[in-house]
Amino acid sequence: MTEQITTPSANDTNDAPKHNLEAHNFDATDSYNFAYLDEQTKRMIRRVLLKALAIPGYQVPFASREMPMPYGWGTGGVQVTAACLTPDDCVKVIDQGADDTTNALSIRSFFASTAGVRTTEATDKASLIQTRHRIPEIELTEGQLLVYQVPIPEPLRFLEPRETETRKMHALSEYGLMHVKLYEDISQHGHIATAYAYPVNVEGHYVMDPSPIPKFDNPKMNNCAAIQLFGAGREQRIYAIPPYCHVKSLDFEDYPFDRLRAPGACALCGADDSYLDEVIMDDEGTRMYVCSDTDFCSTRREQGHVGDQSGLFDSEEG
Amino acid sequence: MYVAVKGGARAIANAHQWLCEMRRGDTLFDALSLDQIREQLALSVARVMAEGSLYDPDLAALAIKQARGDLIEAIFLIRAYRTTLPRFGYALPVDTSSMRCVRRISATFKDIPGGQILGPTFDYTHRLLDFKLAANGEVDAASKAEALSENVPHILELLNRDGLIQEEELTDAEPVDLTREPLALPASRAVRLQALARGDEGFLLGLGYSTQRGYARNHAFVGELRIGMIAVEMMIPELGFAIEIGEVEVTECETVNQFQGSKTEPPQFTRGYGLTFGQQERKTIAMALVDRALRWRELGEDDLGAAAQDEEFVLSHCDNIQATGFVEHIKLPHYVDFQSELELVRQMRREAAALAEAAAE
Repeated sequence: MTEQITTPSANDTNDAPKHNLEAHNFDATDSYNFAYLDEQTKRMIRRVLLKALAIPGYQVPFASREMPMPYGWGTGGVQVTAACLTPDDCVKVIDQGADDTTNALSIRSFFASTAGVRTTEATDKASLIQTRHRIPEIELTEGQLLVYQVPIPEPLRFLEPRETETRKMHALSEYGLMHVKLYEDISQHGHIATAYAYPVNVEGHYVMDPSPIPKFDNPKMNNCAAIQLFGAGREQRIYAIPPYCHVKSLDFEDYPFDRLRAPGACALCGADDSYLDEVIMDDEGTRMYVCSDTDFCSTRREQGHVGDQSGLFDSEEG
Repeated sequence: MYVAVKGGARAIANAHQWLCEMRRGDTLFDALSLDQIREQLALSVARVMAEGSLYDPDLAALAIKQARGDLIEAIFLIRAYRTTLPRFGYALPVDTSSMRCVRRISATFKDIPGGQILGPTFDYTHRLLDFKLAANGEVDAASKAEALSENVPHILELLNRDGLIQEEELTDAEPVDLTREPLALPASRAVRLQALARGDEGFLLGLGYSTQRGYARNHAFVGELRIGMIAVEMMIPELGFAIEIGEVEVTECETVNQFQGSKTEPPQFTRGYGLTFGQQERKTIAMALVDRALRWRELGEDDLGAAAQDEEFVLSHCDNIQATGFVEHIKLPHYVDFQSELELVRQMRREAAALAEAAAE
C-alpha cells in the first residue's frame, strides 16, 4: 500500500494530470496529488478548519472546489477529509451508519485510490471517520476525527432563506425565530416535530445544524473527545466542534429534549440501546429491526451477542 | 434482503461496466470520433466549454462522448477536470472590438458601420426536417466574402458619443475569481457576470424570458450581438510585456434598455451584458437580460420582487452542477432520517388516537 503514496512536495500545485486523451486507464495515485486536492487548496481548507475550530459552531465560508463526485453527495466532507489526511491515516466511511452502502463504498475507494491510505470498517481502528447521517454508536476517542457531510449548513435556512439575513442573525445571536418555531411545533403537535438535523447550541453561542443525523445521535456530540468537522461543499461552508465542547440540543424546560429510536432490540445482535433501521421483509409488511451502525452490530455478534433472528442470517452470510 | 446490501461493491462495478457498454451502443455502427463531435456538434461543444468554464474543444468533445450526450454530465466532467489544473496566472481583459467577427448584428439600427453580418445562423431557416441529412448528403461550400477590417467598433459606443447611453465605470480593480473565492453577497457586477457566464442556459433563458413577460420588465433591444475569435493575451513578468497565448471563440451581446431616469440621472439608455465561450446566442442574450434586471439597485429602480432581480436567488441557483447534484442526491439512501421521522409520526398518531378515544368516552 505505502509504496503507492506520492509524497507531496512544494511545487505540487503544478502536478496537473496529464492531458492525454489516449490514456483512459490510469492509476489515480500517479495522475493526481496525494488525496486528490492540490496542496494550495488543502492549505486553504486547513486555514478555514483552524478558524472553524477557534469559533465553535460558526460557519466559515470557503472556496469549495468542484470534485469528481456530485454536489450533495459528500463533496464538503470529501474536501475536509482530503485536507486532513496523512499517509499514516486509517479511514472509515459510513453512510446511514453502514460501511457497505453504495456512496460510502464509493468515497472509501476514492481515498484508497487517490491517497493510498489504509481503510477500515472498525470504528475504534479509524483515525478519520467520514460520515453521512450518523454518529457511530461507540464513544469516539481523543485523536480521532469525525468528518460530517453537510447538505444545508444553515440551521435557520428553512425559517429565513436569505444568507444575507441569517448571517446577521447569527452575529447577533438572534435566535428568537427558531424558538418560536419549536414552540409552535409543541402547540400544534405536542412535540418538537424535528426528528433529524435537530438544531444544537454550541458553547452557549452559535446555533448549529448537526447535519441530518437522527436526533438520537445529538447527545453524542456533547463533550465528545474526538474533533468534529463539518463540510458543506455546495454551500461553501465549513464548521467545527473542538473536543470536549458543550453542545446542547435546543429545548424548553417543560419540554426537554428526548432521544428517539424505534422501540425494541436489534434482531441480529440483540442490542437494545442502538439506533435501529426498520427492514421490510416481505409483501405482508413483516418488519425486522437491525442496528444502523453495521460495525457496532457485527462486533457485538462476534462477541457472541445474539438477537432473535440472528440464526437466519448467519446461515445466509456463511 | 438485508444480506443483499453486502454486494454493493460488485453492484457498482457491474453498473459501471454496463454503462460503458450502453455508451458504446450497437457495435454494428462505428464509434463516434472526437473529431466528429467537435466538428459536427460544435454548439454542444460550445455549451460544454462555456458552462464548464474551460476552453478546450477536444476535451469538451471527449466529455460529450463520455457523457453519452448528456450535456450537464459533460459540463460536470469538464468542471471536475478544470479544478485540478494549475493556475499559471490571469489573462489580460480581452478586447472584443478587435474580434474577427463571423456574425455581427444590431436590432437597433438598420445599417451599421461595417455592415450587418448574418454569419452561420439558424435565423430565418425554415424548421423543416432536412431528409437529405438523413441520407448523409454532402453540402456545397458556402460563398466567401472579404473579411472585415481589424477593428470592429461596438455599436453602442455610437450612442455613447451623444451621452444617450449610460457609461459603464472603468476600473482596474482585480475582479474576484469565483472559482477560488466563496460567493459573498451582495456581489459585484463582475462576480455576477462570472456566475451568469457559467450559469445554466435553461435557467437563464427562463429568467430572461420572465423579465420580458412583466416580472421586472426592462424592455430590451439587442444593441449588438457578435460572434467571432479574439486573441487572449497574458502578461509575462519575465518578459515585461504581454504575449498572445491563443485565441478563443466568444459570443457577446449588449442589450439597450429603456431607463426612465431617476432622482439623480436624466432619462437615458442602459445596457445589459452577456459574454460566453463559443457560439451561444440564446444563452448570451438571456444573460444580458438577467444582468440588466439585477442592476436595479445601482440604477435606482424599484425592487419589484421579481425572481430575475433577486441577486441571491439568481446566483445561488444558476449553477447547473450544484443544482443537478443536490436535486439528484435525494436518490441516495436517507433511511436513517426517514426512520426517525417514521417514529415521530407514529408517536404523534398514537397520541392523537388516544386523545380522540378519550374525547369519545
